[in-house]
Amino acid sequence: MARLELVQSLNGHKGIVWNVSWHPQGKIFASCGEDKTIKLWSNEGQEWIIKTVLVDGHQRTIREVAWSPCGNFLASASFDATTAIWDKKSGQFECNATLEGHENEVKSVAWSSSGQLLATCGRDKSVWVWEVAGEDEYECESVLNAHNQDVKKVAWHPTSDVLASASYDNTVKMYKEDPADNDWTCIATLQSHESTVWSLAFDKTGERLATCSDDRTVKIWKEYKPDNQEGVIVTGRESTWKCVCTLSGFHTRCIYDIAWCHKTGLLATACGDDIIRIFKESEDSDPNAPTFELICTKLDAHSQDVNCVTWNPIGNQELLSCSDNGEIKIWKLME
Amino acid sequence: MTKIADNINPHVYEKNSDREVTSTERDEDVEDEFDEREIFDLIRNINDPEHPLTLEELRVVEESNITVNNKDNTVDVNFTPTIPHCSMATLIGLSIRVQLLRALPSRFKVTVRVTEGSHASEHAVNKQLADKERVAAALENNNLVQIINQCVAAQ
Repeated sequence: MARLELVQSLNGHKGIVWNVSWHPQGKIFASCGEDKTIKLWSNEGQEWIIKTVLVDGHQRTIREVAWSPCGNFLASASFDATTAIWDKKSGQFECNATLEGHENEVKSVAWSSSGQLLATCGRDKSVWVWEVAGEDEYECESVLNAHNQDVKKVAWHPTSDVLASASYDNTVKMYKEDPADNDWTCIATLQSHESTVWSLAFDKTGERLATCSDDRTVKIWKEYKPDNQEGVIVTGRESTWKCVCTLSGFHTRCIYDIAWCHKTGLLATACGDDIIRIFKESEDSDPNAPTFELICTKLDAHSQDVNCVTWNPIGNQELLSCSDNGEIKIWKLME
Repeated sequence: MTKIADNINPHVYEKNSDREVTSTERDEDVEDEFDEREIFDLIRNINDPEHPLTLEELRVVEESNITVNNKDNTVDVNFTPTIPHCSMATLIGLSIRVQLLRALPSRFKVTVRVTEGSHASEHAVNKQLADKERVAAALENNNLVQIINQCVAAQ
């Protein structure tokens, strides 16, 4: 049985810490929350410490932070209806662009793998796609109104410009740009969850997606292309996404986040029952009906809800988590 | 803004007597766990947003609709709007939730729901009250917080 060992517990935020995000090189991470600040943490010798605190970017809760793939930009999504883009061209981190357009709370922001596109979503039920148009310039490419309730989370495919969004309307939707007319359209609706879908994560190939929900289940979805060998019916030119696995009976409250490590293939979940769980795909797993085993249950990982989990992108089994009580924890998975 | 209350003539019930403090409760050596009556005492005096009456007097909250589990750290409160189309149901639920979040130790997971079958939009109200992100965003709205504070302020 694997176990999660606590590396360090970090206190610095006041109130809810909503999100933590690793820098692509895995030596720095950013955190944000109810106290309207962004903190940048780095490892100095044996200790993780706060290197920089970004204030005055937002008027309300900062819900999510995301590093660009090159690691030079940090985007922050806030309940104040704006998304800020920070960089340190001047030597220190400054907000040099603000994306405005959402009517109210922005709940998630994500960079595409190329770093040329950004997506945001929020309570106004819309998903926005932005293009990096030049230095400190961002242009709205598309406003997608496919969901009929607020949109909780956006995530890009790991290699191509395909976007996925999770919503309070219990569905997940996928989008891509139609090369014929440069219009973004919804290409798939993933329906199976029975309550709000809080988060989603692609695996490293982008052919599978993991989603987590208030219905206390995790679902694994697989892409079936129009020419698939399995005989799954695909209507039209776009792939069909089918739910091939449901992990139920493990979580006892709402699951707020899920992270799929692109190096190890391990899945981690953040749950309202204060527990972090790690799942591993079985060795004899059937691609069309995969099986996952619960290999680690960290009881009382935090003393309140776990809001976010994220694997260090360098694949060293380091995991970050954060909670309602202002706490961030760094863990190491020992297998 | 003058709005006529959804239920202009609600039935008013008698208030319960105050809790009697027992000798074991005075004993510092006896561990006092949270019980249903204690939760009830925290929310019985919340004011109805539309009437100069408390949630207890309107039987929106009752001790029998509260469940406390000290081992699992859960507090479940069901509340009963006076009429099935009460437009104030979400606000009442939010007031109960806020009052308990402020009063109880953070180890408790508080769930506030509409009593089954008592409201036309039961599912929608319950889903909204259970969504902590929506609750957090609502509590950053100063106007709303002011209204909630008026509701939870002791008469």
